[in-house]
Amino acid sequence: MNPFSSGTRLRDMIRSIRGCKTAAEERAVVRKECAAIRAAVSENDQDYRHRNLAKLMFIHMLGYPTHFGQMECLKSIASPGFPEKRIGYLGLMLLLDERQEVLMLVTNSIKQDLNHTNQYIVGLALCALGNICSAEMARDLAPEVERLLQFRDPNIRKKAALCTIRIIRKVPDLAENFINSAASLLKEKHHGVLLTGVQLCTDLCKVSSEALEYFRKKCTEGVVKVLKDLANSPYAPEYDIAGITDPFLHIRLLKFLRVLGQGDVDTSDCMNDILAQVATKTEPNKNAGNAILYECVATIMSIEDNGGLRVLAINILGRFLSNRDNNIRYVALNMLMRAITVDSQAVQRHRATILECVKDSDASIRKRALELVYVLVNESNVKPLTKELIDYLEVSEPEFRGDLTAKICSIVEKFSPEKIWYIDQMLKVLSEAGNYVKDEVWHALIVVTTNASNLHGYAVRSLYRLVQTAGDQEILVRVAVWCIGEYGDMLVNNTGFLDMEEPITVTESDAVDVVETAIKRHSSDLTSRAMCLVALLKLSSRFPSCSVRINDVIVQYKGSLVLELQQRALEFSAIVDKHRNIRSTLVERMPVLDEATYSGRRAGSVPAVVSTSQGAPINLPNGVAKTTSAPLVDLLDLSSDDVPVPSSSGGDFLQDLLGVDLSPSLSQTDTNQAQKRGTDVLLDLLSIGTPPAQSNSSIPEMVSPSDDSKSAINVLEQLSSPSAPAGGVSTPPGSSPMMDLLDGFAPKPENNVPAYPSIVAFESSTLQVTFNFSKQPGNQQTTIIEANFSNKTFDAYTDFIFQAAVPKFLQLHLDPASSDTLPASGNGSISQKLRITNSQHGKKSLVMRIRIGYKSNNKDMLEEGQINNFPRGL
Amino acid sequence: MIHFVLLISRQGKVRLTKWYSPYSQKERTKVIRELSGLILTRGPKLCNFVEWRGYKVVYKRYASLYFCMCSDQDDNELEILEIIHHFVEILDRYFGSVCELDLIFNFHKAYYILDELLIAGELQESSKKTVARLIAAQDALVEAAKEQASSLSTIIAQATK
Repeated sequence: MNPFSSGTRLRDMIRSIRGCKTAAEERAVVRKECAAIRAAVSENDQDYRHRNLAKLMFIHMLGYPTHFGQMECLKSIASPGFPEKRIGYLGLMLLLDERQEVLMLVTNSIKQDLNHTNQYIVGLALCALGNICSAEMARDLAPEVERLLQFRDPNIRKKAALCTIRIIRKVPDLAENFINSAASLLKEKHHGVLLTGVQLCTDLCKVSSEALEYFRKKCTEGVVKVLKDLANSPYAPEYDIAGITDPFLHIRLLKFLRVLGQGDVDTSDCMNDILAQVATKTEPNKNAGNAILYECVATIMSIEDNGGLRVLAINILGRFLSNRDNNIRYVALNMLMRAITVDSQAVQRHRATILECVKDSDASIRKRALELVYVLVNESNVKPLTKELIDYLEVSEPEFRGDLTAKICSIVEKFSPEKIWYIDQMLKVLSEAGNYVKDEVWHALIVVTTNASNLHGYAVRSLYRLVQTAGDQEILVRVAVWCIGEYGDMLVNNTGFLDMEEPITVTESDAVDVVETAIKRHSSDLTSRAMCLVALLKLSSRFPSCSVRINDVIVQYKGSLVLELQQRALEFSAIVDKHRNIRSTLVERMPVLDEATYSGRRAGSVPAVVSTSQGAPINLPNGVAKTTSAPLVDLLDLSSDDVPVPSSSGGDFLQDLLGVDLSPSLSQTDTNQAQKRGTDVLLDLLSIGTPPAQSNSSIPEMVSPSDDSKSAINVLEQLSSPSAPAGGVSTPPGSSPMMDLLDGFAPKPENNVPAYPSIVAFESSTLQVTFNFSKQPGNQQTTIIEANFSNKTFDAYTDFIFQAAVPKFLQLHLDPASSDTLPASGNGSISQKLRITNSQHGKKSLVMRIRIGYKSNNKDMLEEGQINNFPRGL
Repeated sequence: MIHFVLLISRQGKVRLTKWYSPYSQKERTKVIRELSGLILTRGPKLCNFVEWRGYKVVYKRYASLYFCMCSDQDDNELEILEIIHHFVEILDRYFGSVCELDLIFNFHKAYYILDELLIAGELQESSKKTVARLIAAQDALVEAAKEQASSLSTIIAQATK
């Protein structure tokens, strides 16, 4: 009986699987085959092992589980014959990866095969080792591989060289052992060995500076000569591609020269001639030639300065850029990105062509070109470039708009020469692709607008015009509604009219129309509607003639199902209706928002906001945990400090106003909380309305019934009582927000807990650490930090240890961490409490040095960093 | 360094996968799904490079098959394209004008050839002839073993008859 011909053959199985018409049928066939293979495995059937493994690999490729075949691979590798070993090693590489523990069992077999007398078996073992070895295997088998670098057959030497690359990538410490044997490979004539030897040396240089020094001294000339011989070699049919002898070797030699020449003038000088020769003599009509030129340009750009060569390289890139082949244009853009640090003037010359590439039909090229344009922008060319990009935005494909918009906004913010230009450009972007604009971008636009007092009228008129044509862009509408609320009177009276503007007549009811349309628009979300309500309230005071109409609109939202809207509608309609005498002071224009505070906040708190959306502890914009005391702090800020209103808390107002979009999830789930937020809003309104003259009055005066504050508290009373039943919660009178307010005055102000924004303390490509801060009441010196660690890679971390060190004026206490394993891809986090006592509180701010150790893939990792971005006042 | 090699058919069926960097089984399926969505939808005139998760995937279509290799951001894309072509030419010589069916029924042979071309994600041999010679020698070893086994088994069969 022939063991290779009975049962279902591999061919038959593939055929029957291919014959399946439905997925269910396929599963049935696979199940049957797997059952047969399992049976054979448990009977330890040796005759069919070979074929069963082949079948398993096919099944594995289709995506079915095949773990039960792993041990079969090991058995097959351990058997003596070449055919069994060959399929066994193939199975090993296919069915296992380096993370499986089964792999440890194979180390011994591989070791034996590396010493086998049959060179093909040695080759199989080397190949498997090179493709899947783990760090431990690398350590165990490095001596064998090192020996094989001197094996008599060149085909084994080349495999050993590549295997060494894997070993030193896994265990960089081993690099030193290989330097000498790697250097001797550079003298070989066999192309395979030379090819792999050069690659090995390049990799050695990357992990060991000792190797780099050694090769620089001993091998530079030799490598230059090899390249020279290769470039001048006559036609060699075995290695010829498109008229060039062995382009692969060319490219590797050029890459190695790049590593050697970088940062070393003498070595760079040594290779000038050959680089010039390759750059001028290589034929650029086929892909192979272009690949060599591309590599050559990369080398010229990286090695130490040689003006002549650089001109040559930039010229080659210029030719590439005008090539009709998309691949060549792509690599040209890619390389220009690197060239820009070397010679930005030369790259600027190609600006027009690069701009054309942004409009290419190929997404890969567009993306490259956009990145390049982004780094090309400077103060002198920002206007024409932005114009081009915005023009293109109008016709670009939807999937590209997100990227494009983000880049344009970033360019405009970074380089805008004047505010009017900034406002113009941002409005254009908003009207073209408003929905792709990030929140902080339009927040910034509002901040800039409030700061440009001479442009208020201009901005609101431009926005009014744009909303007429691009009313479907939600973000544009939001900004427009905000500005109309603030500067509606300027819109109607044409205040601050600029010469360049076209005259426009807007009646009061036109302005209200815009807001009314916006609030009634079907697609408006909660944030937009809430902003509309505030704008309407403001307009009711600016345009007293429209106030009845405005109240009608507001009243419609009294029945809104969204608590936030309902409550605001109730409050606002009460103000419009019953409190005309204080209305105008209540809804005065916003104080100028402080740009510096805002940009500081953006840098500090944006990551925290991001973390909120990921389900981390929620930070309310105007207070962390104890919401009741937060408004009090706001009040205190205003009344007890001598600091004028705008500069101290202008940013807070913005946050309060813009922070609306954070609240919906909260207000719907937690009515109580939402109620407190409602008071916040009111208090903020109050604080805006408080005339600056009052800012010197002390706290008790606030409570004592002076005329102004009495009416304000009346408002509070009026508003808080209807809001309680509306929220569906019967609030005992003692806990009404107003009482909270009064209660809040009893304890000493020192006991209040100020809120600090959380920060991203440390971030690397693999790990993120965020800090949340809280203070113990009554102890200003001590800060409690809650550190949260999250993993950004695909691998879980084990043995996770966080260590921290602080200067002498600080005292640090670390509580135990919640866990020492960190799940992959941010699916969970470790938290740890730190207690820091600052003996120099108020004089010095916190600093901390941290070190984080963990195991990933059984490899020890260590990350260190210093944290300087603690919020002030901790 | 090449992180993985994929052969995907026009219909999105996987014909060969080779991983040089550690990816778990789950990630592998995800990568294949993501990339086939990205690559199969690209038009014929576009460039052969796709940027993906900070890597570059270089692909080329030969008849009904897409050959994809994923390389580092700073690798030479044009060279990877040349390596793909090199691989295809060797397959072509081995099978004699290769087609998708050859690679389906002899998938293990395709893997053997790839193993003579790449190790640890780096190119091993620039001569097509050398690769062909090495594969032929190893195939001969297998044939010899097979013959020996069959002759042995006929002897045994006859002896036990």
